[in-house]
Amino acid sequence: MPATGKINTESYMRMYRQMVRIREFEDTANQLYLSARMPGITHMYSGQEAVAVGICEALRVTDRITSTHRGHGHCIAKGGEFKAMFCELLGKEEGYCRGKGGSMHIADQLNGNLGANAIVGGSTGIATGSALSARMLGTDDITVCFFGDGATAQGIWYEVMNMAALWKLPVIYACENNGYSEYTRTDEIASGSIGARAEAFGIESHQVDGQDVLAVNDLAARLVERARKGEGPFFVELMTYRFHGHHVGDINRDYYRAKSEETAWMEQRDPILNFGNWLSEQGIASAEELESVNAEVRADAEAAVEYAFSARFPDASEVGKHVYVEAS
Amino acid sequence: MRSISLSQAVNEAIAEEMRRDESVFLIGEDVAEAGTPFKVTSGLVEEFGTDRVIDTPIAEPGFVGIAVGAAMTGTRPIVDIMFGDFLFLVMDQLCNQAAKTHYMSGGKLKVPLVLRTNLGATRRAGAQHSQSLHALVAHIPGLKVALPSSAYEAKGLLKSAIRDDNPVVIFEDKLMYQDKAPVPEDEYLIPFGRSEVLREGSDVTLVGTSSMRQVCEKAADLLAGGGIDAEVIDPRTIAPLDEDTILRSVRKTSRAIVVDEGHRNYGVTAEIASRIGEKAFYHLDAPVIRLGAMDVPVPFSPALEDLTVPTPEGVAECARRIVSGEHVHAP
Repeated sequence: MPATGKINTESYMRMYRQMVRIREFEDTANQLYLSARMPGITHMYSGQEAVAVGICEALRVTDRITSTHRGHGHCIAKGGEFKAMFCELLGKEEGYCRGKGGSMHIADQLNGNLGANAIVGGSTGIATGSALSARMLGTDDITVCFFGDGATAQGIWYEVMNMAALWKLPVIYACENNGYSEYTRTDEIASGSIGARAEAFGIESHQVDGQDVLAVNDLAARLVERARKGEGPFFVELMTYRFHGHHVGDINRDYYRAKSEETAWMEQRDPILNFGNWLSEQGIASAEELESVNAEVRADAEAAVEYAFSARFPDASEVGKHVYVEAS
Repeated sequence: MRSISLSQAVNEAIAEEMRRDESVFLIGEDVAEAGTPFKVTSGLVEEFGTDRVIDTPIAEPGFVGIAVGAAMTGTRPIVDIMFGDFLFLVMDQLCNQAAKTHYMSGGKLKVPLVLRTNLGATRRAGAQHSQSLHALVAHIPGLKVALPSSAYEAKGLLKSAIRDDNPVVIFEDKLMYQDKAPVPEDEYLIPFGRSEVLREGSDVTLVGTSSMRQVCEKAADLLAGGGIDAEVIDPRTIAPLDEDTILRSVRKTSRAIVVDEGHRNYGVTAEIASRIGEKAFYHLDAPVIRLGAMDVPVPFSPALEDLTVPTPEGVAECARRIVSGEHVHAP
């Protein structure tokens, strides 16, 4: 990790807090699922927090992201609030999408989150189009396209990378390689090198330790600035790990992933524990200070869940609304 | 009034809307210098430049996805899909993304996207360049579907589509690109969801979409010679569908034939006929007849291809039989 100066204390603590918020949100959502208090299923981002936070901390509010089925982390990192998120997960009217999207479709347009997407690779075109329109409209906003290693098998990604490179669009393709494409090891679904796929289009390609929030943030900040100046597109492969199964119900997963492997990642490569330890070693925050952040976030999550449970479901009249934009 | 071709009408609609609104742009395969294989967009790149008339690689899912993202973020793309058959390539971006974004986001995001494509057989283009696939997208909530039946409709409907905040798929009849029709010089829009009664009659209602409008009009001429008075209705858009005008007509004539160039099975004719059956049953004197493309892949041989599409003679024959009280079973 790079040497620190006190000048960065605020941003370090913000990154720590944002990662803790994601973990807390996911642990809470997981408990809601396991206790059968949440409808549907959801996909945990735990373990990958440094990716979303490291990148989104390099973005402005007006910069845009597209997200995935494993999207809670991106939503929080881009400025999402617990209350509207838990309301959405529970199908309540005050959710980000009035309860009509659910976990896999949370969108928060005011913070530039164009939405999670339940089709693997489905948002790669949307992100690229967002970058095209930013340039057409004369802004210097950039777009980050989050997707997993599984999406590298989808054809549309190759099509849009080709066009992004031809047209030099301000988009960063952020591939979160968590080692598993649903229930299958990535090396069983991806031949050759993932980074070389982007390089084939003449796109500058990087690989970074996705468990190291400072390394991610440092790389992201440099690429974001360059993309703003028209030097994009860029590709980044973030080497990370999914602490849970593919979704909350994927509990017995010995057949594709060894318990020992999971334990090793959780004990040695946890992005929050490691960053917390580093903050303490550097004298930026004591263990007590970090624990107080954790406790605050935990209290926020508890309050938000309580709020969401007491919030209203959408009225039945809502079912037919928003199929079409009403003429103004 | 001047007459211009359907192709020129589309070109004018795009040019006028691009002049009116800087956020409108055109994207697709060979839309710039080539002006598309049908020369519909010729001249636009000279006026608007390559930033707003964008040639793409042959990658339909990719550029439709890009258009969806651009539409979500402040621009109004017009996407050119060279042949309607290529819609199968873009179904995820059109039906899972564009159609659902407004609803899934609880109304926060919108996708003001126009996807222009075409339909129509008998061009000897084979099974993958001849299909009429509009029913497929009309099935999906969140999409609007327009079927212009002349140069006049093509211009007015396309201009409305471009100003619409929803994703709209507009199918032009590729055999009609050179057909001329009176088109006003002054600006006009044709609203969605309003059928046009092209000809009033009292004996039978002929509902004809897109290419089948002319077939129905010719059939009506043939019938008039035999003393049968046919009413002809063009729905103009099938999503939304103006069923009131159709039902009003059928309640008057007591008979209906629905003609559309899509396949008959599970198609537009089935939808319209069933609405007539549900909502005008007690006014009917005969079964509602459906005529559509045969349920076969479109064959290449002219000897076979012409058999697959409804003809004025075929429509007129069905009309004569139901008006005379014969028991008619659809072909």
